Amino acid sequence: MKPANFDYHAPQTLAEAVELMVRLEEEGVDAKILAGGQSLMPMLAMRVARPEVLVDLGRIKSLDYVRQEGGVIAVGAMTSKRAAEESVLIEQQQPLFHAATKLVGHRQIRNRGSVGGSFAHADPASEYPAVALVLDMAFKAVGPEGERTIPATDFFVTYMTTSLESTEVLTEVRLPIMPAGTGWAIQEFARRNGDLALAGVAMTLKVADGVCADARLAAFGVNATAVRLTAAEDFLAGKRPERAMLEQAAALAAGSLDEPMSCVHASADYRRHLIRVLAERCLAEAVGRAA
Amino acid sequence: MTTKQRICVTVNGVRHEREVEPRLTLADFLRHELALGGTHVGCEHGICGVCTVMIDGRSARSCIALAVQADGCQVTTVEGLRDRATGHLHPIQQAFVEAHGLQCGFCTPGFMMTTLELLTENAEPSDEAIKEALGGNLCRCTGYEAIIASVRLAAQRLREQKNA
Repeated sequence: MKPANFDYHAPQTLAEAVELMVRLEEEGVDAKILAGGQSLMPMLAMRVARPEVLVDLGRIKSLDYVRQEGGVIAVGAMTSKRAAEESVLIEQQQPLFHAATKLVGHRQIRNRGSVGGSFAHADPASEYPAVALVLDMAFKAVGPEGERTIPATDFFVTYMTTSLESTEVLTEVRLPIMPAGTGWAIQEFARRNGDLALAGVAMTLKVADGVCADARLAAFGVNATAVRLTAAEDFLAGKRPERAMLEQAAALAAGSLDEPMSCVHASADYRRHLIRVLAERCLAEAVGRAA
Repeated sequence: MTTKQRICVTVNGVRHEREVEPRLTLADFLRHELALGGTHVGCEHGICGVCTVMIDGRSARSCIALAVQADGCQVTTVEGLRDRATGHLHPIQQAFVEAHGLQCGFCTPGFMMTTLELLTENAEPSDEAIKEALGGNLCRCTGYEAIIASVRLAAQRLREQKNA
């Protein structure tokens, strides 16, 4: 349970980090970016990952911020989850992201784990990618060609794989401010408090003139990436938020999933069952919050 | 062949400069380089919480932090709890003794360091808040009830100490 040998660099600036990643790529060196390390370190310890070089972003102070830019909350990629949890701006203006942050790991993990790291790691059981799809978040990355903004729909490719280039550094996570009156919820099931979820659902919706509108639901922990539950979303449009309707929407959400993953902790059927139950609970909670 | 890194870490108020392999975890740095064996090592991949220390005032799992990441940081370990001048146990340690918060003692340093952070932030935590805070620490002997009682007692002692 000790990591294999690697070389270590801790650039002081983003430009240095990108330059370094480019040089290492040119030299054919297998380099990996170290953010908070709360997912990467266990992978190194178990030698699932054996990079030759780690490039630590921890010294780049310019990547640690939470600020409002018009209708968006911009969060620096190296902002700790703890800082996101303690941000009044996030708590008040983007409560779904705030609630999702509190569900990540335990306090020791949130103290060191970065906001950007979780997105770049793209664990399908993580809360964040599902929230990114629901909220239509965007990601800023800087590479040798400069900066680009990647919408959430283009960001997550498959299991632990994003559309970031190997020489690109994720620099910012952009959360749209939640419009007033939006109902939201996030529910997950884990064997132990703080463990990665076996399955979970995140969502937002509005209730206007007594009917549901703009429902956006995503499931995590079931497929290779978080997935939108479009069958339920389409069904809910224009429906009264009554119990029978919400139950039907949840059943549709679970029924329309691609075959879920299966592991020693939860079979595919069990995960599908969890999505139905969690979607139902989320819907009731979100409707209750919608003004 | 990897290049060693020169780091400077302040542990329990004492500055330590060492040359370390980048792959050395903070837990192993504390134990093997500084001979501070109070920080225990269990799962070594961030699950059990036994290696919990404070890094710059925040609880952290030292088995999934690299020593090089702690360069320039202030680290507090369980050895830093006791009052150096008087030799008295910290109220958290005393409470764990009195309320039977340990049996074999292996997990105890991690529980106490997490408790230190909790009680710094919240002087009067509810049982729910205690459980939430201790959720990342595993104990295989006591069944947790006595640990929760220890934290409650520690909170009470610290409040009394503050008001005295």
